[in-house]
Formats: sequence, C-alpha cells, structure tokens
Amino acid sequence: MIKALLSHDLPRNRLLAVLLIATVLGLALTPFLFTSIKALNVAAKILVFIILVASYDLLLGYTGIVSFAHTLFFGIGAYGVAIACSRSEDPGWSAVLLGVVAALALSLVLALLIGLLSLRVKALFFAMITMAVAAAFITLASQLSGLTGGEDGLSFKVPEMLRPSTEYFEDPFLGASIDGRFLTYYLLFAATVVLVLMLLRIVNSPFGRVLQAIRENDFRAEAIGYRTVVYRTLSNVMASQFACLAGALLALWLRYNGPDTSLSMEIMLDILLIVVIGGMGTIYGAVLGAALFMLAQNYLQDLMKLGADAVQGIPVLSQLIAPDRWLLWMGLLFVLAVYHFPFGIVGRLRLKARS
Amino acid sequence: MSSLLSLQGVHTHIGAYHILHGVDLEVPAAQLTMLLGRNGAGKTTTLRTIMGLWRASAGRIVFDGREIQAEDTPTLAQAGIAYVPENMGIFGELSVRENLLLAARQARSIEQLDTARLDWLFVLFPALKKFWLYPAGRLSGGQKQMLAIARAMIEPRRLLLIDEPSKGLAPAMVLSLIEALRELKNDRTTVLLVEQNFGVARALGDHVAVMDDGRVVHAGAMTELAQDEALQQRLLGLSLGVHQ
Amino acid sequence: MSSDAIPRQPFDARPLQLLAAIALAAGLLVSSFPTWATLTLSGLAMGLIIFVIASGLTLVFGLMDVLNFGHGVFVALGGFIAATVLGVQGAVGDLSLGASLLAVGLAAGAGMAVAGVVGLAFERMLVRPVYGMHLKQILITMGGMIIGEEMIKMIWGPGMIALPLPQGLRGALPLPGDVVLDKFRALAALVGLTVFAALLLVLNRTKLGVLIRAGVQDREMVECLGYRIRRLFIGVFAAGSALAGLGGAMWSLYQQSVTPQMGAQVNTLIFIVIIIGGLGSTLGCFVGALAVGLLANYMGFLAPKAALFSNIALMVAVLLWRPQGLYPVGGK
Repeated sequence: MIKALLSHDLPRNRLLAVLLIATVLGLALTPFLFTSIKALNVAAKILVFIILVASYDLLLGYTGIVSFAHTLFFGIGAYGVAIACSRSEDPGWSAVLLGVVAALALSLVLALLIGLLSLRVKALFFAMITMAVAAAFITLASQLSGLTGGEDGLSFKVPEMLRPSTEYFEDPFLGASIDGRFLTYYLLFAATVVLVLMLLRIVNSPFGRVLQAIRENDFRAEAIGYRTVVYRTLSNVMASQFACLAGALLALWLRYNGPDTSLSMEIMLDILLIVVIGGMGTIYGAVLGAALFMLAQNYLQDLMKLGADAVQGIPVLSQLIAPDRWLLWMGLLFVLAVYHFPFGIVGRLRLKARS
Repeated sequence: MSSLLSLQGVHTHIGAYHILHGVDLEVPAAQLTMLLGRNGAGKTTTLRTIMGLWRASAGRIVFDGREIQAEDTPTLAQAGIAYVPENMGIFGELSVRENLLLAARQARSIEQLDTARLDWLFVLFPALKKFWLYPAGRLSGGQKQMLAIARAMIEPRRLLLIDEPSKGLAPAMVLSLIEALRELKNDRTTVLLVEQNFGVARALGDHVAVMDDGRVVHAGAMTELAQDEALQQRLLGLSLGVHQ
Repeated sequence: MSSDAIPRQPFDARPLQLLAAIALAAGLLVSSFPTWATLTLSGLAMGLIIFVIASGLTLVFGLMDVLNFGHGVFVALGGFIAATVLGVQGAVGDLSLGASLLAVGLAAGAGMAVAGVVGLAFERMLVRPVYGMHLKQILITMGGMIIGEEMIKMIWGPGMIALPLPQGLRGALPLPGDVVLDKFRALAALVGLTVFAALLLVLNRTKLGVLIRAGVQDREMVECLGYRIRRLFIGVFAAGSALAGLGGAMWSLYQQSVTPQMGAQVNTLIFIVIIIGGLGSTLGCFVGALAVGLLANYMGFLAPKAALFSNIALMVAVLLWRPQGLYPVGGK
C-alpha cells in the first residue's frame, strides 16, 4: 500500500529511507517534541519549502527547464491570501478561498504566457528573461503599495480557527498547546504530504516519463511525436500551481507577507541551492534538502558561532567560520554538488544502492 | 615511394556507434591519393579522425614518422595538415579577405599576406579577387568551395585532406577545381582526396583506396582501377566512366 | 586590388533608428528642452557604463556559448577595489581636476586588474569544467556569484560603503542653456566611447579580431586552421571580466556607493541589455545599453514607478521585432 501511495517511487536506499522517515516523523511531531516558537517556525518553513522546491524539481529536475520566475508564483499565492484576508477585520474561510483561487488563476495565466514564451527562445535566453520578469515583479509589488502594502507588506488576521489565540483545550497535551497555531501547523503538514504525494504521482506517470524524455533529448522526443511545447507548458503550469499553494500556506502561517518574504532573489537562490544539493529529479531531494537547508540556515549559525569562538583571533580562519559566512559554505557546497554529484544527496545515496 | 601518412588498424567510435573497423591506409608523399567508397563507408570519419576532430579508439596514425593519433587538432594543423571539410567551413560573416588572412598563419595582418601566392590564387580562382571584401557567406556554392581550397593553399602545407569538393559544383567549376588540384600536385603537395566523382578521381589520382563498412577494401594505383571495369563494379557497385 | 571588388554589406541602421525614436518620443513628452537634453546626456553616459559592463559578457557568450550568470561578481569587485583605492588615497576632497582624474584612473585600473585576475580563476575553476553544458553553466556560475558576494562581505563587511567623488570631478560642466552634464558623467561617457572604439578596432582591424569573429561562427574550423581556441577563450574571458571591473568602478562612482549586492542587481540589467542587443554582438550590446540607459533616465523623470518595467517592455518589444536581438549573430 505504501508503494502505491509513493507511486512506486521508493527511496531505494536504506539510509535514504531512514532519513526520510526521520524527517517526516520529526516534522509530524514537532509541536510535541520541540516547545520553542523558533522550532515550530523552522518546521513550518521546512514544510512550505518542501512543496516549493519539489514543484521546482518538476520543472528543473524532470523537465530540464531553468526558470528564475518560480518565486513569482510563490509570491502570488502569498499575496493572494494576504490581500484577501487584509480586506476585513475578521476574514473567514471564504476570504482565504477567494484569495487562493484568484492566485491560482493568475499563476495559471502567467505560467501559460511564460510557457508560450519558451517557444520562441532558447534555454539560456529563457532563463535570463525569467530573471528579468521576476525582478520586475518585485518592483511591482513594492510600488503597488495600495494593493500590496508596498515595501512594508501586509499584516492580516487569519480565520478564527487558525488564530494562535484560539485555544481548543485549556491544558497542553503531551507538551503541546492545542491552539489555532497547532491547527495551522497540521494544516501545513497535511497539505505538504498530499502535495508531495501528488508530485510523486505526476512524475511517475506516463506524463512524467515524457517530461524526462524531453529533458534528455527534446529533438528526439519531438521526432517520436510528442509536442514538446505542450508538455513543457503543462509542466510549467503545474509547477506554478504548486508553488502558488506553497505561497498561500506560507502566508497563512506568517500572517504577513511582503516582497522580501516571498518574491526575493534570495529565495530563488535558496530554491536552487536546495534542489541541487538535495538532488534534482528525485522529489525526495526537495524533502531532505529543504529540511537540511532550513536547519542549517537557522541552527548551523549557532554551531558556527561556537566554532568561531573557538578560533577567535586566528585571522583567516575566524573570518571563514564566522556564523555570517554560512551562505558561503552553502555556495561552495552548491558548486561542488553541481560539479561532482549532480544528483545531489539523494542521487548519491541511490547510486550506492546500485553498486 | 614512402608514405607521408599511414593509418594502421584505426578504429573510431562515435558515441555507441563503431564506425571505423580497423582502417589501414597508406598515403604516399607528393602524390594524390583518392579515397573512394559508397555513402556511409566511413570516408569522412577517416578524415576527421586523422585531423583529430574525432579520437581514434584504437590503432596508430603516423604522419611524417610521428605518431599523431593522440594529438589535438591545432597541433596537427600547425604540423602542416590542412583540412577542407565537406561543408567547406567558410566563415560566412567574414570577408573573403579575412577568411584567407586567418588561414595564413604567418601573416600578422592583411599587408603581410604573400602577394605572389595571392596572385597565383587569383589566377586559379578569379572570383576571390572579385569578391575580396564581400562577406564569404554571400558567395555561391562553387565560389565558397574555391575559397575553401584557396585557404588550404595560401601557405605551403605538407598534407591536404579534402572532403568531396566537387559535390554540387557546376561542370565549369569542377574543371577549375581539377586545375587547382593539379597545381597542388605540381607543387609536390601530398593530397588525400575523398570524392564521389570518378571523373575527378581518374583525372587526378595517382593512388587509390576504396572503403566499405569502415575498412579499406582495396588499395593500389589509380591506373589499375581505371582499367579494370570488373573491379570497379565489385568495389563501387557500378562501372564508372571511360577507360584510360 | 580593392578597386574592382564589390563592397561589403550596407550597414543595418534600423536599430540606431530605434535609439533615435526613443529619444524623440521622450522629447515629445518632456516639455522643456534643457531637461530633455540633460536627461539624454545622462542617459547616454549611463548607457555607456552599462555597455562597458555588458560587452565582456556578450563577447564571451558569442565566442564560447558560455553564459556567465555570475558576471556581476566582477562588477562588484571592480567597485569595491575602486572604493578601497580611493579610500587609501585619503582625502579625495581636495584634489584638483588633474589629480582627481589620476585618482579615478588608478582606482578604475586597479578594479580592472583585480577583476581580470579573478576572472582567470573563475574560468579555470568554475567555467572550464562545464563547457557545453548549459544547465550546469547557469547553476555553477550562479554559485560563483553567491560565493563571490559572500567573499566580498567577508572582506569588506556586509554594509554599503560610500564612495564620494574626488573634488575635481564634482559638479557640472558649463554647457549652454540650462543643460546639465555632470563632470563625472562626461568622463564616464568618454571612457565608454573609448572602450567601444577600442573593441571595434580590435574586432575589425586586427587579426585577433578576425580570429574572435571566426570563433563565434565556427570553433571547429578555427582549430583546423591551427589556432588554440581554448587559449583565446581564456583571454577573452579575462578581458571581459576586466571590462566588467572597469564598468563596476565607474558604476560605483556614478552611484557614489558600493554594496555587496550590486553585482546581483546589475546582473538583471545587463541580461536585458544583451538580450536586446543580440547575444554575441558588440554593436548590439552598444545600442542595447544606450537604449536602456536612455529609457531609465527618461522614465525616471516621467514615470519613476514604471522604470524597471520600461526596460522589460523594451526587451519584449525588441524580441517581437527581432527574436534574436537587434543584431543577431549567425553561425550557431
């Protein structure tokens, strides 16, 4: 039954399976295992990024398209919820639904446009153009302050069920306080599980196989009879929808959204880092990668601080281990990953299984 | 008559395809050797392998006493091998003048081109003079071919590898081509010429090698092949032209 | 010899007409002539700096089919080195014109040199391993950018550093009417024009230029003629990086500040420029850069909120007209 759920795309490596199970369990039980607010926030971010990066993997890993406009859809989803909910003092689920649907629709249209654009231009061109479009959108979001709250973004209330102030039980249960926050977290968790399983289903379907064929050799795929244009556009559209949903979930969690929260280039780079280090074309890579990355982003710095204190005074070393430098190490790891293990951690582990 | 170029048991793989299955070929110095064969026999692959564009997976290639199968293309060119590919390799956006300048390695600038040599080329290929500043891409197919050959002649070279120069050329052009190649012969340049046009082959070839299925299946003097219709039939599948 | 030769192609001037059209359209919208003239001169100066930055990128792409998504790193380096050199020179407040020029020259030169050397390392370590693999190129050069930005933060700190102009270059040139042209912008324009002229000279009048242009069309044939195209590429890459460094130094003085993010910020802009111009075309890059510079200045005055959009709109418009850019480079 598990096989069917995972669309027959098993981890295929014991260590990988263990890591994945640990991640899933860890995320499932976070409210009970870790009491700090920070931990819950990190976990929520991991969940959102799992969806976001997995959808990008569909585009990059399976279809072979490099797009820098993915954060666009992420942002649209987040703004959709943010704008819809900020319109009233007491937004209900209808507001959220409206926001999500509107965001999905806009994402659909944009993804279609971008997909059609990829007809006329080559891959490098396409990458550059998406970069420019993404940059434009950030400016747009900052400028349309009437709608989007500009640079400052929008703070808003979520439906009553999800508010932290809403308590379901007076006393904490097994260490976790059962309130709106708790519910929101499990909403995110459930959504992540469902969406990831959906992605696994998509990439393991005949459609997914055609995407991979196109990635390997689009010329041949076209010759065999597949309209690559159609498949690429579909892939684009699907990825955008998932990213959009991820954005909506993020907004629900943060109860805030601004240009830097969802549209920034930094996020796009983070997505790239995760998908490459985790493993392109695996979906599981997104799961592990997002977890590792967020943990590193939030906790590695503390580790590095310890290290920095230890080597304080030694000129170059102290500079390199300074906690602010964590992105440098990520960047180096990224370059090494692209060069040496292009299928990332997951790919590496799976290769081991074979040999 | 010693060989300037010698291939011994050369195999070439392109991806998964095994194209050359042990080619043995001797190209005598100061002579014109024809490389004949059906389409797909491996003639172009042989030339490209010699020129280092494709790496031989096995075997030896000896040029002027030196093993060259592992050398890279620029080294081979600098050693005096000139390659005129089937698609001519003309730089379309550059003028005729610039194309020749590039081919003349000794010349640092237009002024340094050997005028005596150029005049000789202009006599052979008048179109070059006429279209001197014109972008080479605008020339006709025949004129491009002339330019391609001229590039290989702008400076003295040890060995010329030429791939199907007469393909698609009008008869008058073919005559010019034969004329040019004859001049090369007189200059005692060694030439390895791949041709489908047996008329050209017969007019110029001293030595001939016939390929089939990635191997050389016959090698000998041109006169011998030209007189033996049965042999022509067997090797090339048809009887070609009038006997000598 | 050339008397009975047929002359080469007529020059394709339509893209230049596009430039004129932009300027004219702005002229209609901007009521006062002095303002329009000021904006135009400013725009041209800015465009020329952008050209210096982007020229290396487009040449590298044209020659080796390598798109360096980390090109901004050299721009940032050029800027930071210039800032350090000028800072080292101490009081830039009291320098005369001559001394100011010298100071700026040294700063820019240092920026160029460092960027060029780092460019060599960049090519060796990041680009060379992924020749021909476009996907990996994009990723690895982006990685290079991340690393570069972090290293800049490591050396110079994460914040913005102010970069005041030397005294002798402050203020405006005396021009008729109320037209304003800052001294520094005039200098930048001069530098840009010189780079353009030098590039055109090398590309069209020297054998090296012939070699580069041939390599853009058919790398294999160039090797068959006996030239080591790898070496050529390394040289061009280093030159392109050096130019980016020069542009970065100029850009920083133009903005009077440097930040570690400036590389990434300018990246988007230069991509738009080379897409408009045509990947691999120097002339296209020139026209594209001027167009972008002009547009940025006009829009900055007429409708600041739409500034970045206007660049993208221009890019889309140009691509609809000529899908390969203003001056497509053939042969691939």
